[in-house]
Formats: sequence, C-alpha cells, structure tokens
Amino acid sequence: MEPHIQVRDLNVYYEKIHALKDIDLEIPRHQITVIMGPSGCGKTTLLKSLNRFLELNESTRMSGNILIDGEDIYALGVDVTEVRKKAGLLAQHPFPLPMSIYDNVAYGLRIHGMCPNGRSVDAKVQHYLLEAGLWEEVKDRLHFPATGLSVGQQQRLCLARGLAIEPEILLGDEPTSALDPISAQHIENRLMDLKNEYTIILVTHILRQAKRLADYVVFMYLGKVIESGLPGEIFDNPQEERTLAYLEGQF
Amino acid sequence: MKKSQIEEGIVKGFMLLSFSLVVCSLGFILVTVIVKGLPALNLDMLIQTPKGGYYLGKEGGILNAIVGSLYLAGGATLLALVFSLPIALFLKTYSRRKWWADYVRLSLDILWGIPSIVYGAFGFTLMLALGLRASLLGGIIVLALLELPIMTRGMDEVIRRMPIDMEEAAYALGATRFETAMHVVLRQMLPGIVTAILLAFGRGIGDAASVLFTAGYTDRIPNSLLRPVASLPLAVFFQLGTPFPEVQNRAYAAALVLTVIILVVSLGSRWLSARMGRYTIK
Ligand SMILES: Nc1ncnc2c1ncn2[C@@H]1O[C@H](COP(=O)(O)OP(=O)(O)OP(=O)(O)O)[C@@H](O)[C@H]1O
Ligand SMILES: [Mg+2]
Repeated sequence: MEPHIQVRDLNVYYEKIHALKDIDLEIPRHQITVIMGPSGCGKTTLLKSLNRFLELNESTRMSGNILIDGEDIYALGVDVTEVRKKAGLLAQHPFPLPMSIYDNVAYGLRIHGMCPNGRSVDAKVQHYLLEAGLWEEVKDRLHFPATGLSVGQQQRLCLARGLAIEPEILLGDEPTSALDPISAQHIENRLMDLKNEYTIILVTHILRQAKRLADYVVFMYLGKVIESGLPGEIFDNPQEERTLAYLEGQF
Repeated sequence: MKKSQIEEGIVKGFMLLSFSLVVCSLGFILVTVIVKGLPALNLDMLIQTPKGGYYLGKEGGILNAIVGSLYLAGGATLLALVFSLPIALFLKTYSRRKWWADYVRLSLDILWGIPSIVYGAFGFTLMLALGLRASLLGGIIVLALLELPIMTRGMDEVIRRMPIDMEEAAYALGATRFETAMHVVLRQMLPGIVTAILLAFGRGIGDAASVLFTAGYTDRIPNSLLRPVASLPLAVFFQLGTPFPEVQNRAYAAALVLTVIILVVSLGSRWLSARMGRYTIK
C-alpha cells in the first residue's frame, strides 16, 4: 500500500539550531505511527512540518519535500488552510480558544461550513465531546468559558475540537500528557477506534502507551531518525545502541 | 509569637492601611464634591450656557463646558486611537529588533510622566508657530498627545500578553489569518483595548493644564474646530477663582459633573471589559 505521508530529505533550522537532519520517512495510512525519542530531539518540529506550522515562526528555514497522498504540501499554490484541516494537530500544550466550551468545538465546523443548519452543530458538538470522553463532565456547562476547565479537560477539549474538523491525519503531540491513567486509557481506546478512518501520528514519552498503540515506530535522537520499523522489531530487537539505551531508560 | 506570624501581621497591617487610605481618599473626595456641589446643581446648570452675569451669580449653566469637554476628550481619544493602535501593532511586529521597540516604549513611558502643563506650553508654542489661535482643534491635538502614551502602552501590554499558542490553536483548525484575527485575536484583546481607550479618555477629560492655553474658554458651544471651547476643569478653575460664594459653589457643581462623567466612564469600562472578557484566556 502506498504510504499516506512521505517525508523526503527534510532539514529544518531554527536560526542556527539544526533541529531536523535529513529525515526520510514513510507514514502508513490508517495506522498509528508512534514517534519516540528524548526531549529536544525534534518530535514536535517534525509534527509541525507536517501541517505547515513551521512557517508561523519567521526564523525557521526548511528544505526537502513532504508529500501527502503523493502531493507536495509545500508546493506553490497549495492552500495552507486545507493542509491544516487535513492534518489536524493536537498541540503539546492544550490551548482553548477564547470562547465557550461549545464554541470551541463548533468553531472549526463553522469556519469550514461543515454544518449548513444549526441543529446539526449541536449534534456534532455532542458527538465529538463524547468521542473525546469529555461530554459527561461538561454537558451542563457547555456555554461556560473553556478556561474554567482543568488542564486534562482542556486536553480532551482540544481533541474534540481537532476531531470535529474531520481531518484525515491526526498529529498528536503527547495528547495524554496531562491525563490520569484512566482518562489516558480512554483516549488510547478512542485512538485505536479512530485508526480505521484516520492516519495517526502520535508523539509519546510513555513506553507502555507506545507498545499498546503502535503499528509503526519511529525513534529519533538529536534531530535524526535513528531507527524506524514495526513495533516487534524496534521494541524487542532494536538494531541501534541508542534505541536500546532509550528503551532501557538511560536518557 | 513566631517571627513568621509577626511578619504576617505587619504585612496585613500595611495592606489594611493602604486599602483604607485609597478608599478613604476616594470617599472623601466624593463626599466633598457632593456636599458642596449638589446644592448648587440644578437642571439649568446642565442644559444652559452661561448668561450675562453668570459669573457674578446670575442665571445660566455650564452646558458649554460639559459639551466642550466631551468634544475635546472625544476628539482627542479618536485622534490618539488612530495613532496608538498602529504604533502598538508595530511594536509587536518589530519586537524582533528588540532594542528599537524598547526605546520606543521608554520614550512613551517618559511622555506618560511629563506634566500636562508642559504639553500645554508645548502646544501653545506650536500653535503660535503655525499661526493657530486657541481653539477646539488645538485642544484636541494637545490632549491627543497627552493621551497617546497612556493608550499606546495600554494596548501594547494587551498585545504583548496575547499568547502565541492561541493563534496557533486557531491555525491548527485551518482558520485563515483573517478568521484568526477577527474571531480569536480581536476577541481576546478587545476588553483590554477598550479599557486602554477609556482610561485615556478619562485622563483627557479631566485635564486642565493642557487645554488652558490651547483650547481657550468661551461661553458658547463652538460650531467649528477653529473656535475656542470651554471645558469642565477650567470651569471649575475659573469659578472657584471668583470672590462670590454662589459661584464657588457652582465650581463644585461643575466638579461633581466632571467626577460623575469620569465615574461613569471607568465603571462603564469595567462593566464592558468584564462582559466582553467573559471568554478571554487570562
Ligand atoms: N521556536 C524555536 N526556536 C528555536 N529553537 C527551537 C524552537 N522550537 C524548538 N527548537 C529547538 O529545536 C530542537 C527540537 O525541538 P522540539 O520541540 O521539536 O523537541 P521535542 O522532541 O518535541 O522535545 P520535547 O519532548 O521536550 O517536546 C530543540 O533543540 C529545540 O531547542
Ligand atoms: Mg515536543
């Protein structure tokens, strides 16, 4: 099967910091790809290159190609908002929009004209809040400010909001980092369900989570992809010393 | 008693002291103005301009000063807004050349601290050079200069506190720049911007020294930007300076009107920013 996303010879610099070095990757469709690696190795940067977020920061430079469905997302004339709608990013730090809980989820639906009439907005908001496992906690205060939520709740709100725009690709940057094990487990189960329809790229520091979810594993170190492959190979029989050291907790 | 308890006690004492100082001085000012001004205040004062002999205690009102002050402060606030919003945005956009932005901020802070009489004197010289006479236009320009640093720094703080992550959250949903600016950035910043504008308005309407030479004073309501205009602070000043007790009481009535306007503006700005700020991220 043709990979959903292809990264070719990607290099990224922040001013003088060489954050990503010669990345070549193929991300399989409708599977969960887990990216692991020590802090600062470039995981977030890699995700941000996939939804064209790097260009928000003026000091970044990049070279190389990224293809989604065989099409270069950095080609001239590509609508950047389409790319971002297609590859929805769940940021490392959840950040609600300055709106109510309801509107946080409905906002994406509205700007993309995905709900021609009002009633279906209600239904969709409920649907995606349920998906993210937040509905029960917020159903009585949908029109309260989203800032009133706890960090873990905000994280799930951001998941609901990200799912609501119906992306094809979900880029999750440690989407369970602020959650307790039970809520995290809930999100993990959702991700397992979602992978039938979505290509999911997940950054995580939690080894057990990676083992539970991964269909494909990428291990990064100091801006490079050291190793990538099936979880059976990477977790049980890593070819590289640095992978082994990381898995054994030496970083 | 333990040391920490004593410290706690001292801090509490100071807090109580400063609190009562602030509240008492506000209360004292309000009481004085009300007690002295309210008896002299009547409808005629609010809806009439001074008639002949007004300053000797005959009939008339201070409508000229009320309208004049609203013209002056309103015009100045609009003018200041036209300049301060772009400056504040510029400061953010060019914050990468940090020394430059810091230099502008320092200048604004110094301008903020310059006494208004100096603005008045500066404006007066400028107007002499341009051949302008004391007029509404002159007063508006000088008041705008006075308000500019307050407004710009207020907006600058608001814009600086705008979290970049919030914009990114909108972009991540596929919002365009325009949508992000209108639905997210503006919504987040509007309460602060309104506060900055009304704060500047309050400062402008209450200032006497800067309009003394530049706007002049007249018993009529100006019908052109080039005519002199009265203002409430000067109405207080002139009436208090007469030897007649009735007229002095009217000065307090004028002060009461001014205080009420300022009170309404600041309470209004509180209310407005609380209302608009319900959803903003703190
Ligand atoms: N905006 C930025 N400006 C300058 N350097 C940056 C910026 N963002 C990231 N970097 C640098 O790029 C490198 C990769 O950062 P990145 O955020 O991608 O790491 P990460 O793998 O996501 O780390 P973590 O697990 O801590 O989130 C780091 O050395 C970091 O200091
Ligand atoms: Mg990161």
